[in-house]
Amino acid sequence: MKLTGSQILLESLRLEGVETVFGYPGGAVINIYDDLYDSPIKHILTRHEQAAVHAADGYARTTGEVGVVIATSGPGATNTVTGIATAYMDSIPMVIITGQVPTALIGNDAFQEADICGITRPCTKHNFLVQDLRDLPRMIKEAFFIARTGRPGPVLIDLPKDIQVASMKFNYPETVKMRGYKPTIDGDERQIGKAAQMILKAKRPVLYVGGGASLANADQELLKLAELLQVPVTTTLMAMAAFPGEHPLSLGMLGMHGTYFANMAVTECDLLVAIGARFDDRVTGRIDAFAKKAKIIQFDIDPSSIHKIIRVDLPVVGDLESVLTSLLRQLDEKPQDISIQIEQTSAWRKEISGWKAKHPMGYQASKSVIKPQYVIEKLSELSNRDAIITTEVGQHQMWAAQFFKFRQARTFLTSGGLGTMGYGLPAALGAQVAFPDRQVIDISGDGSFQMNSQELATLVQYRLPVKIAILNNNFLGMVRQWQQLFFDKRYSQTCMELPIDFVKLAEAYGATGLSTDKVDDVETVIKKAFEVDGPVLMEFKVSREENVIPMVPAGKGIHEMVLAS
Amino acid sequence: MKHTISVLVENEFGVLARVAGLFSGRGFNIESLSVAPTLEPDTSRMTIVTRGDDRILEQITKQLNKVISIIKVVDFTDEEYVERELALVKVTAESDSRAEVLRIVDIFRAKVVDVTPKSYTIEITGAPGKIDAALVLLTPLGIKEVVRSGPVVIGRGSKGVSN
Ligand SMILES: Cc1ncc(C[n+]2csc(CCOP(=O)(O)OP(=O)(O)O)c2C)c(N)n1
Ligand SMILES: [Mg+2]
Repeated sequence: MKLTGSQILLESLRLEGVETVFGYPGGAVINIYDDLYDSPIKHILTRHEQAAVHAADGYARTTGEVGVVIATSGPGATNTVTGIATAYMDSIPMVIITGQVPTALIGNDAFQEADICGITRPCTKHNFLVQDLRDLPRMIKEAFFIARTGRPGPVLIDLPKDIQVASMKFNYPETVKMRGYKPTIDGDERQIGKAAQMILKAKRPVLYVGGGASLANADQELLKLAELLQVPVTTTLMAMAAFPGEHPLSLGMLGMHGTYFANMAVTECDLLVAIGARFDDRVTGRIDAFAKKAKIIQFDIDPSSIHKIIRVDLPVVGDLESVLTSLLRQLDEKPQDISIQIEQTSAWRKEISGWKAKHPMGYQASKSVIKPQYVIEKLSELSNRDAIITTEVGQHQMWAAQFFKFRQARTFLTSGGLGTMGYGLPAALGAQVAFPDRQVIDISGDGSFQMNSQELATLVQYRLPVKIAILNNNFLGMVRQWQQLFFDKRYSQTCMELPIDFVKLAEAYGATGLSTDKVDDVETVIKKAFEVDGPVLMEFKVSREENVIPMVPAGKGIHEMVLAS
Repeated sequence: MKHTISVLVENEFGVLARVAGLFSGRGFNIESLSVAPTLEPDTSRMTIVTRGDDRILEQITKQLNKVISIIKVVDFTDEEYVERELALVKVTAESDSRAEVLRIVDIFRAKVVDVTPKSYTIEITGAPGKIDAALVLLTPLGIKEVVRSGPVVIGRGSKGVSN
């Protein structure tokens, strides 16, 4: 039996195990939407293509599966770009299908034509323009394979309209054959052996864990490694949920807004073990002051991450779950060395405890005005163990990372690499689609929220009970903080003069809105929101000029933190 | 330092843009680039001349290797290789200078490929340094136009670069 291109697309998606897609229709994908009408695949109609991509991203980050998006040509396709770039920077597996004008019109500046393959080339792991229907099944197969293997990432398929309507006999390939793509999985055993030796010799070791550990589902191996050797663990923003926040070995986040003790530990350690972390400038501060006293081991799936920013002493390329498993196996053969190691590092752990006692994470509490950090602490306390937290970008994002105690992997979704305001709400939407019965909370700012607030409609339409907590400081707070500290308090364009009635906004969409400016009401509002069986927007009017600290000023080493505002 | 890199690529839509975009997007420099299909019609070979320190070159080769359409990357810098470039040069050649142009053609074992009463077009092949030298000598006579292919390279010995 012959199938049309659009039927082949949907059938291939089904064979890849896709149950849900996020998207938005238009002329160049109308055939696909017609076939979707009869398809078992569930489609979530967002209110903006950017939100569809962030939703698929949220779906992918929580489930570990490939998120799928459909958008039309031209403006539909260009609207996806911020979402794709966000996913690319954070290595999120995703397949984006865009409609394209018919092949005969490509290059003619046809109506709603955009060279989306050209536009997304630098922000996709790979992309395809389908020029012949016979290539379509192979390209879909390859797209999913590329998206989910190696260092994951978004892959775009641009599908011209004439190819959607052409038909042929359909066979889905069972395997992929790509001469140019063969990701490494297992690490080199000898290198791993050397790493084990270095770790056993260290007197002041630290594990520096990044988003790669989450992506590889290596959180259990990481926990075992840390506990086996009693090594302290610091995580990047991308890995906050990869290691339990309340674990005695947890140092919390490092870098620009990291904890005093994490930054000191990295500065003073004699061995830094980077696990799926890429030495981002927000982590390292001034690079020549970073972990200056340490030998560095780097475990990473991506060879190009190694020696990119900093020369490491021992690189191991491979899938982190596999690499850590074999590292643990090699260590298990040396129980004596392990006891010696634990003993010889006890002074180091004491030193770190000293730093923790000297400058614990904290803030100036208040009885008269709501402190944003207090709201995060309460959310952390009152939410379920497996609650999924998303954030927008700004001060609230940093406070979420600093004060929420994450308990389980894949429960913290935030745009780390690109820093995309407007990410959190649609990402929460996607996570809630993936897990209808879990608590999903978007920790938001008044500025960021307005970048994708239209998605309240999607939440209501699909009865997605996402809880939104806006820390309303009536400022683009993070930028204001920089203006306060480095530009003489010249608050240029960071105050949105017009206060918004967020409760009415929520209600206009049919969601529940709650608001308070009283410290004593914070807990009540959160409890009430959690009881509502539908989307709720909570507005907390917080102290307006609160700063995120510690803070490492630009150009300084991470030990040169500003500790009080 | 100058590096000459051979890149085997899938001969498919957009592959040149991927390579060029990678260089411009990451601030790497391309001094020259030449590309044509190999014996296998689905494979092309590019020769890229670039500059950078060891760290940059390591990134260039690693980033190239990451591109899905790239099959193989060989940096010839530390290898023995033969390097050749072709130049076509249109030189003013009127009565008094015609003999001088031919003398230079002879010295560089170049070839005259087109003649008019006012000009010679000559073809020079060789290592890029040889072409530079020929151009230095031809410049005073009046070069109207010059086009260079950029070098291509192949390793010495019997072993070949293949996929
Ligand atoms: C799309 C986008 N535009 C601009 C920025 C720059 N930016 C970073 S944080 C920030 C302020 C965010 O304000 P808000 O959402 O209210 O959060 P707050 O910092 O006040 O908690 C801005 C403008 C960005 N990260 N993303
Ligand atoms: Mg704000």
